[in-house]
Amino acid sequence: MKPSLQSYVSGFILSIVLTLAAYFIVVDDKLSTGAVIFVVSSLAIVQLFVQMVFFLHIGQESEPRWRLLAFSFMTIVVGIIVGGSVWIMTHLDYNHLQSPQQTDSYLREQGQKGF
Amino acid sequence: MSHMSHSTHVTHHTDDSKTTLGFFIYLMTDLVLFATLFATYAVLRNNTFGGEGGRELFNLPFILVETMLLLTSSFTMGLAMLALHQRRKTQLLVWLAMTATLGLAFLSMELYEFGVLINEGNSWQRSGFLSAFFVLVGTHGLHIAVGLLWMAVMGVQVVKRGLTGGVVRRLGLLSLFWHFLDIVWIFIFTFVYLVGAA
Repeated sequence: MKPSLQSYVSGFILSIVLTLAAYFIVVDDKLSTGAVIFVVSSLAIVQLFVQMVFFLHIGQESEPRWRLLAFSFMTIVVGIIVGGSVWIMTHLDYNHLQSPQQTDSYLREQGQKGF
Repeated sequence: MSHMSHSTHVTHHTDDSKTTLGFFIYLMTDLVLFATLFATYAVLRNNTFGGEGGRELFNLPFILVETMLLLTSSFTMGLAMLALHQRRKTQLLVWLAMTATLGLAFLSMELYEFGVLINEGNSWQRSGFLSAFFVLVGTHGLHIAVGLLWMAVMGVQVVKRGLTGGVVRRLGLLSLFWHFLDIVWIFIFTFVYLVGAA
């Protein structure tokens, strides 16, 4: 979308609708936690693309599209950083054989004893 | 002569788009900074050290209002850019002032939220979860504060210098910066507040 009143108004309305949809899905609390997280995350990704297209006008620059290229590469980097951290750390928690709560109370006991 | 001025114009144009590309690449590295903070938060969000978690601490209606304010400010920034393209100085200044007011309201609400949390004994020193929360949300707030300062500077430059090449270029970069912060906030709203309360 080229910058125009129409692109900004469409982007604004779509963003508000997506934000309210995500909000009410959480507040209504009718779906299971897993489903809520899936739907709400999907809505955020959709809103990312809405704002990239309607507000930042990505993909509208003349060739070569360096901005689109930089953005695509950063998406991969961000995916590796966030996805990788969560993946590794949940495995660490699993191998730790203690829930975060157990770890908390263990640390608390050790804290009272003094190091 | 006409050939000369034409070629100067072309050089000037490519310089501008190079500047924009450079700034865009800065934004992408800023995105990586936020990604590391998001990753930290995702890893630590259950480590509440026996304290209350996001479900108890977050006031969702309050955060929704904050989100709407920032979303609207991103829209008014877009309108300011349209006024800039049409060379309507007064309109540009009005939309810029509107954007700054909305941004300031957003930042005030965020600082109020932080104040409430800290007064209830839930500061960043309370748990790993709260440390990660304050660093992630606080870093975004710091960016907003810088954006507001930048807006004030641009307002003065538009009034004092008019719509010169440099001023127009910097306003373009400012709008990129502001839209970028809005997108980062959408992810904070979703993954910190909504998922935290789900």
